[in-house]
Amino acid sequence: MMPELSLNILDVAQNSIRANATLIEISVLSDAKKDILAISIKDNGCGMTKEQIDRVEDPFFTTRTTRKVGLGIPFFKQAALGTNGTFHIESTVNVGTVVTATFTLSHIDRMPLGDITSTIHMLVTFNTQTDFLYTYTNNGESFSLDTREFKKILDGVALNTPEVSAYIKEYLTVNKQEIDHGAFY
Amino acid sequence: MELSIERMDNYMKSLEELREIRERMQGQVGLRSEDSSQTRVVVGMATCGIASGARPVLTTLSDAVQTKNLNNVAVTQTGCIGLCQYEPIVEIFEPGKEKVTYVKMTPEKALEVVEQHLIRGQVVAEYVINNAIK
Repeated sequence: MMPELSLNILDVAQNSIRANATLIEISVLSDAKKDILAISIKDNGCGMTKEQIDRVEDPFFTTRTTRKVGLGIPFFKQAALGTNGTFHIESTVNVGTVVTATFTLSHIDRMPLGDITSTIHMLVTFNTQTDFLYTYTNNGESFSLDTREFKKILDGVALNTPEVSAYIKEYLTVNKQEIDHGAFY
Repeated sequence: MELSIERMDNYMKSLEELREIRERMQGQVGLRSEDSSQTRVVVGMATCGIASGARPVLTTLSDAVQTKNLNNVAVTQTGCIGLCQYEPIVEIFEPGKEKVTYVKMTPEKALEVVEQHLIRGQVVAEYVINNAIK
Protein backbone atom coordinates (compact mmCIF):
# COMPACT_ATOMS: atom_id res chain seq x y z
CA MET A 1 0.00 0.00 0.00
CA MET A 2 1.11 3.55 -0.65
CA PRO A 3 0.71 5.89 2.33
CA GLU A 4 -0.39 8.75 0.04
CA LEU A 5 -2.40 8.80 -3.19
CA SER A 6 0.14 11.28 -4.58
CA LEU A 7 2.66 8.41 -4.44
CA ASN A 8 0.32 6.19 -6.48
CA ILE A 9 0.19 9.01 -9.03
CA LEU A 10 4.00 9.23 -9.10
CA ASP A 11 4.22 5.47 -9.52
CA VAL A 12 1.68 5.22 -12.34
CA ALA A 13 3.23 8.21 -14.13
CA GLN A 14 6.58 6.37 -14.06
CA ASN A 15 4.88 3.65 -16.11
CA SER A 16 3.90 6.31 -18.66
CA ILE A 17 7.50 7.49 -18.82
CA ARG A 18 8.71 3.93 -19.36
CA ALA A 19 6.10 3.64 -22.10
CA ASN A 20 7.95 6.48 -23.88
CA ALA A 21 5.08 8.93 -23.55
CA THR A 22 5.83 12.44 -24.78
CA LEU A 23 2.79 13.92 -23.02
CA ILE A 24 1.36 12.88 -19.67
CA GLU A 25 -1.88 14.48 -18.48
CA ILE A 26 -2.56 14.25 -14.76
CA SER A 27 -5.80 15.44 -13.26
CA VAL A 28 -6.71 15.60 -9.57
CA LEU A 29 -10.27 16.67 -8.84
CA SER A 30 -11.97 16.93 -5.49
CA ASP A 31 -15.57 17.89 -4.95
CA ALA A 32 -16.96 18.04 -1.44
CA LYS A 33 -20.61 18.27 -2.51
CA LYS A 34 -20.34 15.19 -4.70
CA ASP A 35 -18.12 13.57 -2.07
CA ILE A 36 -15.62 12.48 -4.69
CA LEU A 37 -11.91 12.55 -5.36
CA ALA A 38 -11.06 11.64 -8.95
CA ILE A 39 -7.58 11.02 -10.30
CA SER A 40 -6.62 10.35 -13.88
CA ILE A 41 -3.29 9.77 -15.57
CA LYS A 42 -3.38 9.79 -19.35
CA ASP A 43 -0.41 9.24 -21.61
CA ASN A 44 0.40 8.93 -25.30
CA GLY A 45 2.91 6.14 -24.74
CA CYS A 46 3.19 2.73 -26.36
CA GLY A 47 -0.06 1.43 -24.85
CA MET A 48 -0.89 -2.14 -23.97
CA THR A 49 -2.36 -5.08 -25.85
CA LYS A 50 -5.66 -6.49 -24.73
CA GLU A 51 -3.83 -9.39 -23.15
CA GLN A 52 -1.60 -7.04 -21.15
CA ILE A 53 -4.55 -4.94 -19.95
CA ASP A 54 -6.26 -8.08 -18.71
CA ARG A 55 -3.19 -9.05 -16.71
CA VAL A 56 -1.95 -5.66 -15.48
CA GLU A 57 -4.19 -5.69 -12.41
CA ASP A 58 -2.69 -9.03 -11.41
CA PRO A 59 0.11 -8.53 -8.83
CA PHE A 60 2.04 -11.41 -10.37
CA PHE A 61 2.26 -9.74 -13.74
CA THR A 62 5.06 -7.36 -14.64
CA THR A 63 7.12 -6.59 -17.71
CA ARG A 64 10.19 -6.10 -15.55
CA THR A 65 13.03 -8.52 -15.43
CA THR A 66 14.42 -7.33 -12.08
CA ARG A 67 11.59 -8.82 -10.03
CA LYS A 68 8.58 -11.08 -10.42
CA VAL A 69 5.77 -8.93 -9.05
CA GLY A 70 4.15 -5.71 -10.23
CA LEU A 71 2.26 -3.98 -7.46
CA GLY A 72 1.81 -0.47 -8.82
CA ILE A 73 -1.57 -0.90 -10.48
CA PRO A 74 -2.95 -3.38 -7.85
CA PHE A 75 -2.04 -0.89 -5.08
CA PHE A 76 -3.84 1.96 -6.82
CA LYS A 77 -6.88 -0.18 -7.60
CA GLN A 78 -7.12 -1.46 -4.04
CA ALA A 79 -6.85 2.09 -2.67
CA ALA A 80 -9.80 3.17 -4.85
CA LEU A 81 -12.09 0.16 -4.48
CA GLY A 82 -11.58 0.15 -0.71
CA THR A 83 -13.46 3.47 -0.59
CA ASN A 84 -16.39 2.27 -2.74
CA GLY A 85 -14.65 3.98 -5.61
CA THR A 86 -13.96 2.89 -9.17
CA PHE A 87 -10.88 1.95 -11.15
CA HIS A 88 -10.44 1.77 -14.92
CA ILE A 89 -7.65 1.29 -17.39
CA GLU A 90 -8.12 1.97 -21.06
CA SER A 91 -5.28 1.42 -23.44
CA THR A 92 -4.60 1.19 -27.15
CA VAL A 93 -1.32 0.06 -28.63
CA ASN A 94 0.60 3.02 -30.11
CA VAL A 95 -2.05 5.47 -28.89
CA GLY A 96 -1.67 5.48 -25.12
CA THR A 97 -3.16 4.59 -21.78
CA VAL A 98 -5.61 6.24 -19.40
CA VAL A 99 -5.80 5.18 -15.77
CA THR A 100 -8.78 6.56 -13.87
CA ALA A 101 -9.52 6.11 -10.18
CA THR A 102 -12.31 7.61 -8.12
CA PHE A 103 -12.56 7.66 -4.35
CA THR A 104 -15.33 8.45 -1.90
CA LEU A 105 -13.85 11.63 -0.46
CA SER A 106 -15.23 11.16 3.05
CA HIS A 107 -14.59 7.39 3.27
CA ILE A 108 -12.64 6.46 6.39
CA ASP A 109 -10.33 4.19 4.39
CA ARG A 110 -9.44 6.78 1.77
CA MET A 111 -5.73 7.45 1.87
CA PRO A 112 -4.79 11.14 1.98
CA LEU A 113 -3.81 12.76 -1.30
CA GLY A 114 -0.60 13.80 0.44
CA ASP A 115 2.14 15.91 -1.08
CA ILE A 116 0.87 16.15 -4.64
CA THR A 117 3.03 19.23 -5.19
CA SER A 118 6.20 17.16 -4.60
CA THR A 119 4.99 14.46 -6.96
CA ILE A 120 4.29 16.88 -9.81
CA HIS A 121 7.44 18.91 -9.17
CA MET A 122 9.53 15.75 -9.24
CA LEU A 123 7.93 14.42 -12.42
CA VAL A 124 8.36 17.74 -14.22
CA THR A 125 11.94 18.48 -13.17
CA PHE A 126 13.32 14.95 -13.49
CA ASN A 127 11.73 14.14 -16.84
CA THR A 128 12.36 17.28 -18.82
CA GLN A 129 12.03 15.45 -22.16
CA THR A 130 8.44 14.53 -21.32
CA ASP A 131 5.65 17.11 -21.32
CA PHE A 132 3.12 17.26 -18.51
CA LEU A 133 -0.29 18.83 -18.27
CA TYR A 134 -1.35 18.88 -14.63
CA THR A 135 -4.78 20.10 -13.60
CA TYR A 136 -5.87 20.50 -10.00
CA THR A 137 -9.57 21.13 -9.42
CA ASN A 138 -11.31 21.74 -6.12
CA ASN A 139 -15.05 22.42 -5.84
CA GLY A 140 -15.20 23.74 -9.38
CA GLU A 141 -12.11 25.98 -9.32
CA SER A 142 -8.92 24.86 -10.96
CA PHE A 143 -5.40 25.69 -12.04
CA SER A 144 -3.05 23.91 -14.36
CA LEU A 145 0.60 23.59 -15.20
CA ASP A 146 1.44 22.89 -18.82
CA THR A 147 5.14 22.27 -19.41
CA ARG A 148 4.66 22.97 -23.14
CA GLU A 149 3.60 26.51 -22.23
CA PHE A 150 6.47 26.82 -19.72
CA LYS A 151 9.02 25.60 -22.27
CA LYS A 152 7.78 28.11 -24.83
CA ILE A 153 8.36 30.94 -22.36
CA LEU A 154 11.70 29.52 -21.20
CA ASP A 155 13.02 29.34 -24.77
CA GLY A 156 15.77 26.80 -24.11
CA VAL A 157 16.32 27.36 -20.37
CA ALA A 158 15.81 23.91 -18.84
CA LEU A 159 12.99 23.08 -16.40
CA ASN A 160 15.56 21.62 -14.01
CA THR A 161 17.62 24.81 -13.80
CA PRO A 162 17.65 25.62 -10.04
CA GLU A 163 15.81 28.95 -10.44
CA VAL A 164 13.17 27.45 -12.72
CA SER A 165 12.77 24.41 -10.48
CA ALA A 166 12.20 26.69 -7.48
CA TYR A 167 9.67 28.72 -9.48
CA ILE A 168 7.76 25.57 -10.44
CA LYS A 169 7.60 24.48 -6.80
CA GLU A 170 6.23 27.88 -5.79
CA TYR A 171 3.81 27.96 -8.74
CA LEU A 172 2.38 24.61 -7.63
CA THR A 173 2.28 25.53 -3.94
CA VAL A 174 0.77 29.01 -4.26
CA ASN A 175 -1.83 28.07 -6.86
CA LYS A 176 -2.93 24.95 -4.99
CA GLN A 177 -3.38 27.04 -1.85
CA GLU A 178 -5.42 29.55 -3.83
CA ILE A 179 -7.70 26.81 -5.19
CA ASP A 180 -8.23 24.66 -2.09
CA HIS A 181 -7.54 27.29 0.60
CA GLY A 182 -5.15 24.95 2.35
CA ALA A 183 -7.66 22.12 2.69
CA PHE A 184 -5.96 18.83 3.47
CA TYR A 185 -7.10 16.05 1.18
CA MET B 1 -17.34 33.03 -12.80
CA GLU B 2 -15.93 36.44 -13.73
CA LEU B 3 -15.22 37.07 -10.11
CA SER B 4 -13.06 33.98 -9.82
CA ILE B 5 -11.08 34.86 -12.94
CA GLU B 6 -10.38 38.30 -11.55
CA ARG B 7 -9.25 36.75 -8.29
CA MET B 8 -6.92 34.42 -10.16
CA ASP B 9 -5.26 37.38 -11.83
CA ASN B 10 -4.69 39.02 -8.50
CA TYR B 11 -3.40 36.18 -6.37
CA MET B 12 -2.33 33.30 -8.56
CA LYS B 13 1.32 32.86 -9.35
CA SER B 14 1.86 34.40 -12.74
CA LEU B 15 3.94 33.26 -15.68
CA GLU B 16 5.42 36.77 -15.90
CA GLU B 17 7.97 35.73 -13.29
CA LEU B 18 8.98 32.81 -15.46
CA ARG B 19 9.75 35.25 -18.27
CA GLU B 20 11.97 37.24 -15.90
CA ILE B 21 13.83 34.08 -14.89
CA ARG B 22 14.30 33.23 -18.55
CA GLU B 23 15.83 36.63 -19.22
CA ARG B 24 18.20 36.27 -16.26
CA MET B 25 19.19 32.71 -17.08
CA GLN B 26 19.51 32.75 -20.83
CA GLY B 27 23.07 34.03 -20.76
CA GLN B 28 24.08 31.21 -18.45
CA VAL B 29 22.63 28.23 -20.28
CA GLY B 30 24.93 25.23 -20.38
CA LEU B 31 26.74 25.84 -17.08
CA ARG B 32 25.83 22.40 -15.81
CA SER B 33 27.16 20.44 -18.71
CA GLU B 34 27.32 16.69 -18.38
CA ASP B 35 30.76 15.23 -18.82
CA SER B 36 32.82 12.24 -17.80
CA SER B 37 34.11 13.89 -14.62
CA GLN B 38 30.60 14.15 -13.22
CA THR B 39 29.42 12.19 -10.18
CA ARG B 40 26.02 10.58 -10.62
CA VAL B 41 23.65 10.06 -7.72
CA VAL B 42 20.87 7.66 -8.71
CA VAL B 43 17.71 7.02 -6.69
CA GLY B 44 15.44 4.02 -7.35
CA MET B 45 11.93 5.31 -8.11
CA ALA B 46 9.92 2.21 -8.99
CA THR B 47 6.91 1.03 -6.95
CA CYS B 48 9.18 -0.52 -4.31
CA GLY B 49 11.26 2.63 -3.89
CA ILE B 50 8.28 5.00 -3.90
CA ALA B 51 6.34 2.89 -1.38
CA SER B 52 9.28 2.86 1.04
CA GLY B 53 9.97 6.59 0.93
CA ALA B 54 12.18 7.35 -2.09
CA ARG B 55 10.35 10.55 -3.04
CA PRO B 56 11.54 12.64 -0.05
CA VAL B 57 15.02 11.10 -0.39
CA LEU B 58 15.25 12.19 -4.02
CA THR B 59 13.88 15.66 -3.22
CA THR B 60 16.34 16.07 -0.34
CA LEU B 61 19.33 15.01 -2.45
CA SER B 62 18.37 17.22 -5.35
CA ASP B 63 17.72 20.25 -3.10
CA ALA B 64 20.99 19.75 -1.17
CA VAL B 65 23.05 19.42 -4.34
CA GLN B 66 21.53 22.68 -5.59
CA THR B 67 21.84 24.68 -2.37
CA LYS B 68 25.43 23.52 -1.82
CA ASN B 69 26.31 24.31 -5.43
CA LEU B 70 27.68 20.87 -6.16
CA ASN B 71 27.84 21.59 -9.87
CA ASN B 72 29.71 18.40 -10.59
CA VAL B 73 26.97 16.17 -9.19
CA ALA B 74 23.92 15.04 -11.16
CA VAL B 75 20.96 13.58 -9.27
CA THR B 76 18.82 11.26 -11.37
CA GLN B 77 16.24 8.51 -10.94
CA THR B 78 16.09 4.93 -12.08
CA GLY B 79 13.69 1.99 -11.92
CA CYS B 80 13.82 -1.13 -9.80
CA ILE B 81 17.23 -2.77 -9.50
CA GLY B 82 15.85 -5.91 -7.88
CA LEU B 83 16.74 -5.23 -4.25
CA CYS B 84 13.26 -4.08 -3.26
CA GLN B 85 13.61 -5.06 0.40
CA TYR B 86 16.46 -2.55 0.82
CA GLU B 87 14.70 0.45 -0.70
CA PRO B 88 15.02 3.40 -0.73
CA ILE B 89 18.33 2.78 -2.49
CA VAL B 90 20.80 5.46 -3.54
CA GLU B 91 23.68 4.56 -5.82
CA ILE B 92 26.68 6.83 -6.25
CA PHE B 93 28.81 6.59 -9.36
CA GLU B 94 32.05 8.54 -9.18
CA PRO B 95 34.35 8.52 -12.19
CA GLY B 96 37.21 6.07 -11.69
CA LYS B 97 35.74 4.62 -8.50
CA GLU B 98 33.59 1.63 -7.70
CA LYS B 99 29.86 2.19 -7.35
CA VAL B 100 28.65 2.73 -3.78
CA THR B 101 25.15 1.44 -2.92
CA TYR B 102 23.39 2.98 0.08
CA VAL B 103 20.30 1.16 1.33
CA LYS B 104 17.24 1.91 3.49
CA MET B 105 17.81 5.61 3.04
CA THR B 106 15.91 8.47 4.68
CA PRO B 107 16.15 12.23 4.02
CA GLU B 108 18.36 12.53 7.14
CA LYS B 109 20.74 9.79 6.00
CA ALA B 110 20.76 11.33 2.53
CA LEU B 111 21.95 14.66 3.96
CA GLU B 112 24.76 12.84 5.77
CA VAL B 113 25.77 11.23 2.48
CA VAL B 114 25.84 14.66 0.82
CA GLU B 115 28.06 16.09 3.58
CA GLN B 116 30.38 13.12 4.06
CA HIS B 117 30.51 11.41 0.69
CA LEU B 118 29.76 14.03 -1.95
CA ILE B 119 31.50 16.96 -0.25
CA ARG B 120 34.29 15.29 1.80
CA GLY B 121 34.79 12.16 -0.28
CA GLN B 122 34.27 9.79 2.67
CA VAL B 123 31.91 6.87 2.14
CA VAL B 124 29.34 6.60 4.97
CA ALA B 125 30.14 2.94 5.68
CA GLU B 126 27.24 2.14 7.98
CA TYR B 127 24.63 2.80 5.26
CA VAL B 128 26.45 0.86 2.54
CA ILE B 129 24.66 -2.32 1.51
CA ASN B 130 27.34 -4.77 2.68
CA ASN B 131 27.31 -3.34 6.20
CA ALA B 132 23.65 -2.40 6.47
CA ILE B 133 22.19 -5.85 5.79
CA LYS B 134 24.22 -7.89 8.29
